[in-house]
Amino acid sequence: MFAQLEPLLPQVSKPVQYVGGELNATSKDWEDTCVRWCLMYPDAYEVGLPNQGVMILYEILNEQQDVLAERTYAVWPDMEALMREHDVPQFTVDAHRPVGAFDLFGVSFSTELGYTNLLNALDLAKIPLHAVDRTDEHPIVVSGGHAAFNPEPISDFVDCAVLGDGEEAVLEITDIVRRWKNEGSPGGRREILLRLAETGGVYVPQLYDVEYLPDGRIQRVVPNSDRVPYRVFKRTTMDLDEWPYPKQPLVPLAESVHERMSVEIFRGCTRGCRFCQAGMITRPVRERSIEGIGAMVERGLAATGFEEVGLLSLSSADHSEIAEVTKGLADRYEGTNTGLSLPSTRVDAFNIDLANELSRNGRRSGLTFAPEGGSERLRRVINKMVSEEDLIRTVSAAFSNGWRQVKLYFMCGLPTETDDDVLQIAEMAKNVIRAGREASGRKDIRCTISIGGFVPKPHTPFQWAAQCDPDTVDSRLRKLREAVNSDRKLGRNIGMRYHDGKPSLIEGLLSRGDRRIGRVIERVWREGGRFDGWSEHFSYERWVSAAASELEPLGVDLDWFTTRERDENEVLPWDHLDSGLDKEWLWSDWQDALDEHEQDDCRWTPCFDCGVCPAMNTDIQVGPTGRKLLPISPVGKGSPVSNPAFSGG
Amino acid sequence: MQKLRIKYAKRGRLRFTSHRDVARTFERALRRAGVPMAYSQGFNPRPKVSWIGAAPTGTASEAEYVEVSVVDRVDAAALARELDTALPPGLDVIEAVEAAGGSLADRIDGCLWRIELPGVDPDELGRAVELLLAAPEVVVQKLTKDGRKDIDARAAIVSAEVVREVEVTTTRLGDGAEGTRRCGILSTVVRQTQPVVRPDDVLSALRVVADLQPPVPAKAIRMAQGRLDDGGALTDPFTNDREPTRATSGIPAVGE
Repeated sequence: MFAQLEPLLPQVSKPVQYVGGELNATSKDWEDTCVRWCLMYPDAYEVGLPNQGVMILYEILNEQQDVLAERTYAVWPDMEALMREHDVPQFTVDAHRPVGAFDLFGVSFSTELGYTNLLNALDLAKIPLHAVDRTDEHPIVVSGGHAAFNPEPISDFVDCAVLGDGEEAVLEITDIVRRWKNEGSPGGRREILLRLAETGGVYVPQLYDVEYLPDGRIQRVVPNSDRVPYRVFKRTTMDLDEWPYPKQPLVPLAESVHERMSVEIFRGCTRGCRFCQAGMITRPVRERSIEGIGAMVERGLAATGFEEVGLLSLSSADHSEIAEVTKGLADRYEGTNTGLSLPSTRVDAFNIDLANELSRNGRRSGLTFAPEGGSERLRRVINKMVSEEDLIRTVSAAFSNGWRQVKLYFMCGLPTETDDDVLQIAEMAKNVIRAGREASGRKDIRCTISIGGFVPKPHTPFQWAAQCDPDTVDSRLRKLREAVNSDRKLGRNIGMRYHDGKPSLIEGLLSRGDRRIGRVIERVWREGGRFDGWSEHFSYERWVSAAASELEPLGVDLDWFTTRERDENEVLPWDHLDSGLDKEWLWSDWQDALDEHEQDDCRWTPCFDCGVCPAMNTDIQVGPTGRKLLPISPVGKGSPVSNPAFSGG
Repeated sequence: MQKLRIKYAKRGRLRFTSHRDVARTFERALRRAGVPMAYSQGFNPRPKVSWIGAAPTGTASEAEYVEVSVVDRVDAAALARELDTALPPGLDVIEAVEAAGGSLADRIDGCLWRIELPGVDPDELGRAVELLLAAPEVVVQKLTKDGRKDIDARAAIVSAEVVREVEVTTTRLGDGAEGTRRCGILSTVVRQTQPVVRPDDVLSALRVVADLQPPVPAKAIRMAQGRLDDGGALTDPFTNDREPTRATSGIPAVGE
């Protein structure tokens, strides 16, 4: 249907985002395939395209001969208006096919703020919004990503949710759908949903009933069919070297938010930061081997032509052989203008040798660290054990080695936080400037502090916590700004970036909400809510008024879902979804937080029984392997690729 | 260091790429092809690629030009072949030559556009073109980075005529049904001016002189660029470089 779309393209902003044609995209004939997936990242193309999860599943599915996977992204409002005017449905960018024609529609949620975009895509695709209204003709809507660990707020709109790693799960779902289609689709839509649900690894919300107590809390969640289990477990992909995806990363024609090739160097994190949902739900740590990383980088650079390689994970400097990996790669690609970056590094795992390897063949970017909490006390509460001394020592070394800029990430609104905890962020930033000036002998040192609002997330020790109200967050940020500016000589070298606390409250509603939140999301979407992750599109007032209208008749409200602390015995909306974490351990870790007790990392100290490994039959996989990256010869001149057509010319 | 000049086409759906999109895609293709690129010195080294007047977003082109510098000598035909393989379909190398000196930009001061106007009657278009050519001056509004600006589009138009092939394949909005439809096609040579007059500005000029309003967005293709001779014809900018050896990629110039 590109021909239908083409006349609209000259009338929209950035038309290139709708034309597809990415390098390494796959095209297949519809008729030659049996199971057809449409994958969506529910945000703008420029944000969604680089998403590793979608890219990995896209490639794994398309490697299957009889499976087709195409992609779609959220369209901007200017395009949406034209599509509605000219009756053009939500389309894939690969072969411009209508999304409604696929067997499965998989949507990956990194954040809950994409929910209204899901509704918009379903509506544009002419798929009934409510799962119960769909017929055999409509795709099965599957949600995944971190937000799928509590899919209850969107349970009206999705047919299934898959928790955890998708590599094997998509293939198993594909097998079940293939077999069912080959049998002639017996029993229709209900039968395929039952077959998926009875595996225990696919959650089908409509096969579970939620019962409530008179006070609004959940009494219990029970299956309404004897074919489905009481609990649904998360998926874990073991041995990352067996799954070297993406092998051929997509390279867009349009500019995207990450202009680099990414290699996931390990998955999972056991540092145990109590606010961090990713660190809790992706356990255990599974490292990719140094050779596996080297092979993926070599192949990926040849397939993409990117000038930067991002070594991704939740805390990249924690890889047991990070020094060997970075040195090995910097040696291999010397003289080819290929830079390396570690998107997330801890102060205590960082050193200058590492930083020098990263900038050897590319640009020297700024340094970024995330102390998260301003005071030592608060960092004990959240279990982010980096000391101010570590930070000052590290930045001093960096500044004396030529760096001029450091960026620090913090959160505001953390459990037990006081004004004083937040004001200490200013002191820390000032100490960084002082240390930088002393170490470098220069005045042009910059420190940027970036502050996000804390949102309590399911499957973390803070899942019981009261979320801080936006007024308190805003008032603390105001006081922090005054404290930064109070000393002009230091303050002018400190930048401060933050958002007000309102979007965080709505994210909190969507994160810890239950099935009653679906009607709020639907109303917000009907009233024009789209792209809620973008401040220019987000409307707090719209969410607050929709929550008031939809929740008050049910005897609950926005505050009840967000700023209310839960007690130990409350049934949480996601209790029947098994992340492997033992709820008793989570509770004891929450009590430890309140007592300001730290918890060590199980990679270096004995197991503390979080429950994941025995429950999921997994184990940590970490090095060191003791192996090294051998040089690859020859690399090209000015390019990481060597082409015989140009040798000895 | 050797300098090479490349002529390439931007076709099909890739007409919606911006110049920045094309530049990024080109640089990555040069790396994938293993071209031994020369890099600038300094804090943020960039490959030495210089662009000459890129066709605007939304327009296709059969004649775009770029120069690249390499640190090892490469064969121009090999460069054309390898780069074309590395580029996505729709960005197609037409020819590469070793630069024989002089400035390529100095050899380009005009270009030929083919502007397809589905749903516009060729006779109506012909009358509008006559009015345009007869006018001493046609002021149109142009959106530049400094805001709205009035320019004289007529001054840049060297020649304009209606092409007498009047049926093209079109698609109906809504159901996407294909069919043939009478279509006005304008062929116009435009002189490079400051600010540059683009196909959109030519269409604005037709609206000003004859109230011509195309029912669907027009499609413009740049067919050639070069130096305008006294007769208003364009001279191929590679003529001086091509002698004595000619290097082409051998890829036929066919659209999607």
